[in-house]
Amino acid sequence: MNPDSFQFSPGTYLAPAVDWLNANLHPLFALITAVVEAVLSGIEASLLSLPPYMLIAIVMPLAFFLVNVRAAILAGLALGFCLLMGLWDASMQTIALVSVAVAISVLVAFPLGILASRFKAVEAAIRPVLDIMQTVPPWVYLIPAVMIFSLGRVPAIIATIVYGIPPMLRLTTLAFNQVPKDMLELGQAIGASPRSILFKIEIPAAKPTLLVGLNQCILLSLAMVVLAGLVGAGGLGAEVTRGLTRMEMGLGLRAGLAIVAVALLLDRLSRGALQRDRTRATG
Amino acid sequence: MASIDTNEVLIDCQAVWKIFGDKAPAAMEAVAKRGLTKKQILQDYNCVVGVSDASLQVHRGEIFCIMGLSGSGKSTLIRLLNRLIAPSFGKVLVKGRDLSALDATELRQMRAQNIGMVFQSVALLPHRTVLENAAFGLEVQGIAKAERNRTAQAALEKVGLGDWLNRYPAELSGGMQQRVGLARAIASDPEIILMDEPFSALDPLIRRQLQDEFRQLTKELGKSAVFITHDLDEAIRIGDRIAIMKDGVIIQVGTAEEIVLNPADQYVADFVAGISRLHLIKAHSVMVPVADYQRQHPGGDIGTLARTTPEADIDELIGLTMQSDRDAIAVLDSGTVIGVVTARSLLAGVKGTTIGEQPAAA
Repeated sequence: MNPDSFQFSPGTYLAPAVDWLNANLHPLFALITAVVEAVLSGIEASLLSLPPYMLIAIVMPLAFFLVNVRAAILAGLALGFCLLMGLWDASMQTIALVSVAVAISVLVAFPLGILASRFKAVEAAIRPVLDIMQTVPPWVYLIPAVMIFSLGRVPAIIATIVYGIPPMLRLTTLAFNQVPKDMLELGQAIGASPRSILFKIEIPAAKPTLLVGLNQCILLSLAMVVLAGLVGAGGLGAEVTRGLTRMEMGLGLRAGLAIVAVALLLDRLSRGALQRDRTRATG
Repeated sequence: MASIDTNEVLIDCQAVWKIFGDKAPAAMEAVAKRGLTKKQILQDYNCVVGVSDASLQVHRGEIFCIMGLSGSGKSTLIRLLNRLIAPSFGKVLVKGRDLSALDATELRQMRAQNIGMVFQSVALLPHRTVLENAAFGLEVQGIAKAERNRTAQAALEKVGLGDWLNRYPAELSGGMQQRVGLARAIASDPEIILMDEPFSALDPLIRRQLQDEFRQLTKELGKSAVFITHDLDEAIRIGDRIAIMKDGVIIQVGTAEEIVLNPADQYVADFVAGISRLHLIKAHSVMVPVADYQRQHPGGDIGTLARTTPEADIDELIGLTMQSDRDAIAVLDSGTVIGVVTARSLLAGVKGTTIGEQPAAA
C-alpha cells in the first residue's frame, strides 16, 4: 500500500468550487464589489475633497466637543504627522478602508458575541471557527478572495474584516458573561423587559470590555493594511510594500509610523465618543 | 397608619420544592413517589435539594423573617416568591394568583407593581446617579421622566437621602447604598418587599440603625416584607414572625417569643440559647393563673399589687418588681386581672422556660 494514495488535498475540491462560484454567481460578486468600492470611494473622496489643513481644522474642534481637549491635541498631532510625512492621500485611503472594515466587523461580531454569551452551544460552535480565523495565515484565504473579487480593495477589506471579527467577538462574549449576576436579577425582579435589561443594564455594564474589543478590532485591522497593500488596495499598506520591495528604509519607516498615528487617532476618537456619557457625568 | 386587614394572605407558598441539577424532574418524581432523602437524591440523581416542602403564608402588613445559615435554602426560597427561580413542585400564590399561571408579560407586571426586592449586594447601577437608580424600576415600567423622578425623590427622602440625589453610588457608604436599594424598591409602591440579606454586609451600628428604620418605614407605609437573614438577633428585632430554615426545610414558624419559649427541636434550641429574653418574653407568657397565686399566698390581696399589661416584657417586669414592696405583679387585660407574675415565674422567663415546665421539686 502506498501511503501517498491516502493523501487528501482539499484544494482539489475547493478550486472547482471557487471556479463554479465565479462562473455562476458572478453578478452577485460584482454587486458586492461595486457596493464596497462605492462606499470606500465615497468616504475617501469626502476625506480628500477638503484641503488637509481644513480637515484638521474640522476634526480638532469636533474631537474637543465629542471627547476632550487631550483627544483634540492627539488628533491634530496624528493628522499633522501624516501630512508632514507626505502620506496624506495614502493615510486617508487607509482610514476609509479601516473604518469600513471595523464597522462591518463590529456589526457581525457584536450580535454573534451576545448570542454566544447567551447560548453555550453557539459559543462552542463559534470558538473553533474563531481559532481558525485567527491562526490561518491571511494569505491563505486571500487566494480564493482574490480569485473571486480580483485584486483591489474588496479582497483587502474582506481579509481585514475576517481578521477584525475574532477579537471583537471574543471580547463581546466575555463582556456579557462578566455582567454581574445580581444586576441581571435586579432587572428581572423589577419587571424589566429583556430589551430594557439589554440596553439599560447589560450594555452599560459590559461597556469597558466592549471598548477593549473595539480597540483590538481597530489595531488588528490596521495591522492588516500592510497585507491590503500586497493585493493592491493602496493606502499606507502600499507604501510599506513599496518600501519593502525597493529596500527603501525611509519610506517603510514613514509609512509604518503613519499607520501608528492613524491607529491612535481612530482608537482614541472612537473610544472617547462611546464613553462620552460617563466622562461628562464624572467630569 | 392605614388600617390594614392583617388576615389577608399576600403570599401563599404551598408545599414548594426546588431541586437543582440536570435530572431535577426525575429526582422530583422520585421524591414524590418514594420519598428519597436529600442525600439519596444527591447520590442517585446528582441533584441538590435547595428547598424541600416549604409552606408559609405572609399576611398583609406583616414582616416575615426567614432565618437560616448559609446553604439552608433561604435565598432560593425568597427567589421562589417572585419566580426568579421556578419551583420544581408546589405553588406560589401572590395576592391569590398562581405565579406559574402567568405569562411573561403578566409576571413582569406582577413583579413591577406588587413585589419589590432589595439585594445583599445592593446592585446599584454604577453609571447612574442615586436619583436615576431609585427611579430605575419606574423607568423600565415606562413612566415619564418628570413623574418618576418626583416619586423616586420622595422615596429617597423617606430613607433620609434627599440631599444625595445627584451623587453616584460609588460616592456613598455601604449603609447609604443599601438605603438607595430600599428607596428603589419602595418607589414602585409594591405591597410586598423581598429583602435578601440586605444588611448582612454592614457594620453592626449602621446595621441596627437600618433595622429599626426599615421596620418603622415598613409599618408606616403598611407594606409587607419577607426578610432573609442569617442572624437570629436581626430576625427577632425586625420580624413579626420568624421561620427557621435548615437544609432546605422550614423547621419552625412562629413569633420570636414562641420560638424562644418552645423551640421545635434541638437545632432551634441551640440557636435561641444565647438570645436575651429581656425584651422578648412578655408578661402573658410568664404569668401564673390568679387561682394558683392565691393558693400559694393565702391572704395575699391581688388588688394592692402593682399592675401591668400582658405585653409588658421581662425588663419592665423586673423594674416594676424592684420598685414594688410586694414580690408579685398583677397582669390586667381590659380591666380584669388575668394572671400574676411572681419572682419565680419571672426567673423562669429569664431562663427561657415557662413556670409550668419547671420541675415541681425545684
